[in-house]
Amino acid sequence: MSKHGITRRNVMRNGAGVLAATAVGAPMVHAQGTGGTIRCGFWDHWVPAGNGILRELCAEWGQRNRVEVNIDFITSVGNQNLLTIAAQAQSRSGHDLLSFPTWEPASKAELLEPVDDVMGRLIQKYGAVTPAAEYLGKIRGKWVAIPAVSGTQMKPACVRFDLMQQHAGIDIRAMWPAENRQGPGADTWNWNTFLTAAEKCHAAGFPFGMPMGSFTDAVDTVGAIFASFGAFMMDERGNPTVRGNAKLRTAVEYMVRLSRFLPNDVWAWDDASNNRALISGRSALIFNPPSAWAVAKRDAPQVSQNCWTVPMPAGPEGRFVPYLPYFWGIWSFSRQKPAAKGLLEFLSERPQAERQTTTSNGYDIPPFASMSDFSIWATEGPPTGTVFNYPLKAHHNARTSVAMAPAPAEFAVQAYTQALNTKVVARVVQGGETIDQALTWLERELTNIRRGG
Amino acid sequence: MAADGSLAMNGGTGMRSGRANSMQRFARRRSTIAFVMTLPLLAIIVGLVAYPAAYAIYLSTLNRRMTEFAGTLNFELLFESDTFWAVAFQSCFFAITAVLLKALLGFWLAHMLHHIPDKGQRKWRGMLLVPWVIPPALSTLGWWWMFDPSYSSINWLLAIVSVPEVPWLGHHWWARIAIIMVNVWIGAPFFMIMYLAALKSVPEQLYEAAAIDGASSWQRLRYVTLPMMANIISITVLFSLIVTFANYDIVRVLTNGGPRDLTHVFASYAFQVGILSGNIPRGAAVSLFMFPILAICAFFVLRSVTRRNKEQM
Repeated sequence: MSKHGITRRNVMRNGAGVLAATAVGAPMVHAQGTGGTIRCGFWDHWVPAGNGILRELCAEWGQRNRVEVNIDFITSVGNQNLLTIAAQAQSRSGHDLLSFPTWEPASKAELLEPVDDVMGRLIQKYGAVTPAAEYLGKIRGKWVAIPAVSGTQMKPACVRFDLMQQHAGIDIRAMWPAENRQGPGADTWNWNTFLTAAEKCHAAGFPFGMPMGSFTDAVDTVGAIFASFGAFMMDERGNPTVRGNAKLRTAVEYMVRLSRFLPNDVWAWDDASNNRALISGRSALIFNPPSAWAVAKRDAPQVSQNCWTVPMPAGPEGRFVPYLPYFWGIWSFSRQKPAAKGLLEFLSERPQAERQTTTSNGYDIPPFASMSDFSIWATEGPPTGTVFNYPLKAHHNARTSVAMAPAPAEFAVQAYTQALNTKVVARVVQGGETIDQALTWLERELTNIRRGG
Repeated sequence: MAADGSLAMNGGTGMRSGRANSMQRFARRRSTIAFVMTLPLLAIIVGLVAYPAAYAIYLSTLNRRMTEFAGTLNFELLFESDTFWAVAFQSCFFAITAVLLKALLGFWLAHMLHHIPDKGQRKWRGMLLVPWVIPPALSTLGWWWMFDPSYSSINWLLAIVSVPEVPWLGHHWWARIAIIMVNVWIGAPFFMIMYLAALKSVPEQLYEAAAIDGASSWQRLRYVTLPMMANIISITVLFSLIVTFANYDIVRVLTNGGPRDLTHVFASYAFQVGILSGNIPRGAAVSLFMFPILAICAFFVLRSVTRRNKEQM
């Protein structure tokens, strides 16, 4: 025995105890929690701060639930997000949850974890989801993805109120004030009034900037116009409804007339061309989310101060606003399904939704009608209230529109990406075909899509 | 080397065991060694060429959801589609026109360069190669700004000399011309450098002999230069045809296939159908159409090269 009381046996025993304690305690020290790690692939937001708020919210949730949340922001530039989704679907590996653009939940429905439980709780809390989001996210009676806040946009009319007043004699701000009511003359805001205004502004050298190419802005806008004429090209079962469709014919005729008053080059416009038309001061009206106004605020303040966002004009069958949502979906091969559901539910709740919308300067639209009263839309400016009417409000008497609906999503997406609705108009205006010839072509293309399954 | 083709081996195992067993003899054969040495290349070809090609063929036989075998349905539907035939026409028109223009321009540039003294030639060679060196997506974006429907700088310049505005990307024929112009701008330097190398390898004595015979400059070109460059011209054209046919980025950036799908080529249309529309089997079917067309071209070009080589031997 040692005279200091330190024996070899004691040293060995204590050493073993220290080692064991370190080994047991190590994971608790090094990992953030016991809930593991979730890998998220969110859409890389146009608005730079849009990514920051998601990172912040995920960190908050992760800390609260002791789960490590890894985030990748995947850009939609060059369709990188679509390529990522396709690659992960093929390899059955990758992120646990992803942001899915408009048509992807339907396309990948078999590979997505149903989220009826989450949607059930959210609907119970916040009321019904906008029908267009339900059409895209609820496949064969099951919610396969959650309509996201971040990235979801609408494309109402962004009007240069000074030019509209000067050249078309329409006081658009009085018609659609920044209040929850319609102003005088709002009931005359229809496609006939719009056509007359388009003609006058065109004559004055400020044509409406409405793209007619194959990009989403063009397809969405023409889709909403068709919907307001009750013109649908395919029914819910996927049968083409072109032959003998008087409403479709009327809508095409209207678009042919309207095209005469648009800039000559709209057939080659992309999604940024209408923004440029507005920001450069060349156009009196475009259909777009507030991003065009936000860029004008930075680059051409004299333009942005005269912009006012208003609902779409109404047609014989009602008023429809183009809606382009994102969804958050969880892969069925994910090993973190419960945690992923928890995170997405957290992100969809009102306080978190408001933080996302506020950070994106009002760009992000939540899927619940009850959330169309966030303060950002009333306070954003100048002019204050310019985007008050950007989200769908009860007094608009409008519905959200997805181009090519109500066709089954697997057919609709093909017609959408091939821009069949703008092409049928282009074949008449640019290609010199008769409306009958163009509609015959349209029917052939739709039949072809249907036969492909 | 032994009579059976195996390599003689001294010492080691052979010495110890007296005679090599059959396995050792097999391993020592030249054919075995050659096979082992080509294995990395075979692995690359199988992994990066044969497997993707076979997989694309397999994909093209599936239904849209990729859950059932659909036989030739995807091909039948493509044959019935007006858009597909427009794509086929545009792909052929684009590839043939662009390759011909690149070859002519490259040939002319190579000749011009060949006659510049060596010292100055290097400088010009470097400058003329710039379009080929810049990543095509980036340079095409620059061209897109110049062709921009509303703010085209080319139109601005044309307006100075009172030339009416050209709808570069808005009208399908102008859009086709714009795409070909950009492709020629990017690809001509490749032809130039290949032809320049070929020109430098033509023996000077042949020109001297032709000059003694009183040949004109056209005759020297027709009977000396062109025959001597025939192989390199064929191979370059074939290579460029393959690359141009499969071009994607120029169309994607400049027109996205519009207006009215009239500027789509096979690659951009396959992407639209396969990835954007979520119909991967149909997209695979579109992309497979490039293969027989290019295979036929390659067959004839390579056959003519082989024949010429045999004649020269």
